[in-house]
Amino acid sequence: MSVDAATVKRIATLARIRIEDAALPRMVEELNGILAWVEMLREVDTQGVEPMAGGAPTGQPSLRMREDEVTDGGIAEAILANAPDREGPYFAVPKVVE
Amino acid sequence: MSYTIQGATGPWEVVVGLEVHAQVISRSKLFSGAATAFGAEPNSQVSFIDAGFPGMLPVINRECVAQAVRTGLGLKAQINLWSRFDRKNYFYADLPQGYQISQYAHPIVGRGSVEIELSDGSRKTIGIARLHLEQDAGKSLHDQHPTKSFIDLNRSGVALMEIVSEPDMRSPEEAGAYLAKLRQILRYLGTCDGNMDEGSMRADVNVSVRRPGEGFRTRCEVKNVNSVKFVMQAVEAEARRQIEVWESGGEVEQETRLFDVARGITRSMRSKEDAHDYRYFPDPDLPPLVLDPAWVEELKASLPELPDERRARYIAMGLSAYDAHVLTLERETAAYFEEVAQGRDPKLAANWVTGELFAALNRMKRDITDPPVSARHLGELLDLIADETISGKIAKDVFEIMLETGEAPRAIVESRGLKQVKDSSAIEAAAAQVLAAHADKVAEYRAGKEKLFGFFVGQVMKAMQGKGNPALVNEVLRKLLG
Repeated sequence: MSVDAATVKRIATLARIRIEDAALPRMVEELNGILAWVEMLREVDTQGVEPMAGGAPTGQPSLRMREDEVTDGGIAEAILANAPDREGPYFAVPKVVE
Repeated sequence: MSYTIQGATGPWEVVVGLEVHAQVISRSKLFSGAATAFGAEPNSQVSFIDAGFPGMLPVINRECVAQAVRTGLGLKAQINLWSRFDRKNYFYADLPQGYQISQYAHPIVGRGSVEIELSDGSRKTIGIARLHLEQDAGKSLHDQHPTKSFIDLNRSGVALMEIVSEPDMRSPEEAGAYLAKLRQILRYLGTCDGNMDEGSMRADVNVSVRRPGEGFRTRCEVKNVNSVKFVMQAVEAEARRQIEVWESGGEVEQETRLFDVARGITRSMRSKEDAHDYRYFPDPDLPPLVLDPAWVEELKASLPELPDERRARYIAMGLSAYDAHVLTLERETAAYFEEVAQGRDPKLAANWVTGELFAALNRMKRDITDPPVSARHLGELLDLIADETISGKIAKDVFEIMLETGEAPRAIVESRGLKQVKDSSAIEAAAAQVLAAHADKVAEYRAGKEKLFGFFVGQVMKAMQGKGNPALVNEVLRKLLG
């Protein structure tokens, strides 16, 4: 598996990361290096092995569940403390036009 | 008769599938301990998890999982004992994490079905493709400021069930009936309150058209439709638009659209490029969700009676199909009816609830959850009819007084002297007077005009202010006229 410049540009756009065109070739090379390294995993024979998800093999103990109780919230000031902009109790962002 | 829309070049069939987002009833959110109550102060029900702060870990709410399982069971669907959460990545101001935790490849509930009833009395089964759990986003307010949008994250992280139907609906009516039935089932199960005004239930409507007999053509998705009526309107408007596109030689493009309620048309959402490239991947914060089959069985055993079963039971009790339908539409109505019918004649109870009570609710613009006459009082009134303390006719007068005063029926009957007269000598006296006053009619009756009997009954009842026992009045009159 490998990526080309167009794919890298697209991924960057989706992730809202700006990459100047001049920086693209190096990024393509680096990403392909990483992909090639991960490719090594293909050498492992996984015939008959159940796929894993979230680090636990299929059939392993589940996600821990909590009881349905209100234990959090009521901290609007703390939530808003780091907001770049706010209006009263709201976060304020540049107007989103649909 | 199948539904088609007549285009300029011939008839077109409509194909509809619905994705319904239903807010799960729970005290706290899907992955955080913040509250879910509607209408709280902005950002007052937000934890650091819901606000997407770094380093926070989600922990799933057991009750939300139980609600999804109950809903799956109510939709007669397969429960997947192994499911998994994925991240759905997109950027929007009210999605602080930059992704929504959802279930993509392995939903908690698989295939099921819902039976709908149409206005011509026919029934149809609509397939359910899947149900999965996901987080809701926050709320954006765009109209509060000239250059800014305001964000309230109270809804962020609240549990939603996304219920996806098969493209099995073929008309606006079927789409509307499906949404209404789904809402009814969820409300019976107590898994979603179904308040569409508050956004607890919203539908994305997938519409395509085709020539009869053809395979599927390209569909468009009409987003966030929030009532049964609007779903029906949106289906028709979007189908007509697509027919026009096809017939003018164009091609329908797959896209996301909005239903403009005021103008009754759908319009394209200024769709951002790549909007559908969500790059799903398994959420590394969350191991798979594995359910204990015994727990699922427990949930199944504690499931309440569903509307279809309840309706069948009412019909078996002797109710008409219509009464059974009307009484089971809302769970609250059914509960009221059952309290009235408990230990009494179910048909009489149904008549009073669907007749006098519904009329009163309409007239007074009140809801069954806030009835002007309690189920206990209405039941007591039926007892007074059953033990012949009052006649059915007087009962209607008593009911009116109950509406006005809220008094108990027995007290009304006592205080106003409405008790039925069962003393045959009193009835005989009244009857004798009536016959004496209408000697001409008595002669006609005896000459063979038997229809006059009803007239005499009416006159005697009138003379007794309606309090004569009808059976005794009949008996006495037959004796006197015989």
